[in-house]
Amino acid sequence: MAGSGTILKEFKKGLWAENPVIKMLLGMCPALAVTNSATNGFAMGMATTFVVISSSTMVSLIRRIVPRQVRIPTYIVIIAGFVTLADLFLKAQFPVISKALGPYVPLIVVNCLIMGRAEFFASRHPLFPAIMDALGMGLGFTGVLVVLGGIREILGSGSIFGVVFMTEEVFTPWVVMILPAGAFLTLGLLIGIINYASQRREST
Amino acid sequence: MEEKGKKDNQPLKKDAPRAGDKPTAPEIVVSSSPHILTDENIHRIMHSVIVALTPAVLTSVYFFGLRAVVLLCVCVGTSLITEYVFQRIRGMPTTLSDGSAIITGMLLALTLPPAFPIFGAILGSVFAIAIGKQIFGGLGYNIFNPALLGRAFLQATYPVLITTWTEPLTKAGSVDAVSAATPLALMKFEGRMVAHLDLFFGNVAGSLGETSAIAILIGGLYLKYRGYINWRLPLGYLGSMAFFGGIFWLMDPASYPDPLFHILAGGAMLGAWFMVTDMVTSPVTPTGQWIFTIGAGFLAVIIRLFGGLPEGVMYSILLMNATVPLLNRLTRPKIFGEGGR
Repeated sequence: MAGSGTILKEFKKGLWAENPVIKMLLGMCPALAVTNSATNGFAMGMATTFVVISSSTMVSLIRRIVPRQVRIPTYIVIIAGFVTLADLFLKAQFPVISKALGPYVPLIVVNCLIMGRAEFFASRHPLFPAIMDALGMGLGFTGVLVVLGGIREILGSGSIFGVVFMTEEVFTPWVVMILPAGAFLTLGLLIGIINYASQRREST
Repeated sequence: MEEKGKKDNQPLKKDAPRAGDKPTAPEIVVSSSPHILTDENIHRIMHSVIVALTPAVLTSVYFFGLRAVVLLCVCVGTSLITEYVFQRIRGMPTTLSDGSAIITGMLLALTLPPAFPIFGAILGSVFAIAIGKQIFGGLGYNIFNPALLGRAFLQATYPVLITTWTEPLTKAGSVDAVSAATPLALMKFEGRMVAHLDLFFGNVAGSLGETSAIAILIGGLYLKYRGYINWRLPLGYLGSMAFFGGIFWLMDPASYPDPLFHILAGGAMLGAWFMVTDMVTSPVTPTGQWIFTIGAGFLAVIIRLFGGLPEGVMYSILLMNATVPLLNRLTRPKIFGEGGR
């Protein structure tokens, strides 16, 4: 149906131009809640990527047989199924990360990013574009979460991916950065700086 | 439209947002409101506030020595640099000379403990000016008091450093800083009271500029004399603290401090005279000012007596700052002829 150029476009738009976190402000709850370290951000991003790819695949496959009136409940059941898979997998394989993420893994069910992709893209496009779109969105989401978690971990704990590179003697950690307030500050400033930079680039 | 004679002895500053601001304007100026002609401007008001802060600054140097000078210089310097850099980035005319950044730096320094590290003071000043003021659009657009916002950020960033207090030099008897608890912390965690006279003159542990009630009072009364602050704001705040503190004191004098202690201890005086009265972040209507100050006083007492921290002045003012736009709208005077609704 679509050429490879458009497929690539569907993939790339999620990374930057329509990035779920910094451009569309979707999935704010996990983006703010679990990004107190880069590892947690990466794990949450990967879990979300898995769920969004799987559910988009499913939704795209059954898009012709689901009646319009019951499509939302159908999506939720599909998403919830894959979230349970991801949750159990994390619990079994990475119990430490699963504990750190806490209730936010089951809460991927209500991440509006996944629902949005199902409703606005997967249910209207064939399988392959739907997968590429979900992959781009998931990776874009993961990227921002890792950046966010990285900034907060560096400033709040003096470490990155759990590796301490600034000891207490040289750098007193900013406790606020690993608290919820730090999440709001970092995300707000990040989006502000990106908007400022892109505006300047457009105007010149 | 209104015709208005312009007097010669009232020079107008170029940046003053007032009617007919060209010095070479003809005798009759046709303009829209406001029509008040005065030589007061931001520059003059802010410099009066700096003068009013001088007693508090001097007592802080007297009680805490060189440390106070260093912290004050670092905070003011960083505030000025941050203001300059941000206004350059935003492509705006730099307004360092209006003195508002100096005041933010001074007020922030006066709320810091004497032993606070330099890098923390720099971070707090950058945050106060950048996030507290310039991000909102600069002077006049900020929702929260920048100095208090900077301190709140430091409180969350360095919770241990900002609650490490030292005895004033006059008490320790030596140059070495001796760590001590503030009167509020003594009251809260050990049930001990400090003499009112010590609180009044400032011979206690505490933040640089908040210990001496008399020095702040002198500065505050000077501002009142100049007409730059409204009496409702400081009196409403202190009165509200005394009232709500007094209720608890009357209920159980053994475990709750008396009203006078409430208004003399901690940051109550500094907050009441220099932070509640911030022209940008306080309501403009009398009713709004009453609600603002009574609410802030109530919150301060509640945080002091039942909160996790011994001092609640900072959060009480910041919380009520958030309600100011709402209060201004709620208590807007009815325009003559406006229908009842």
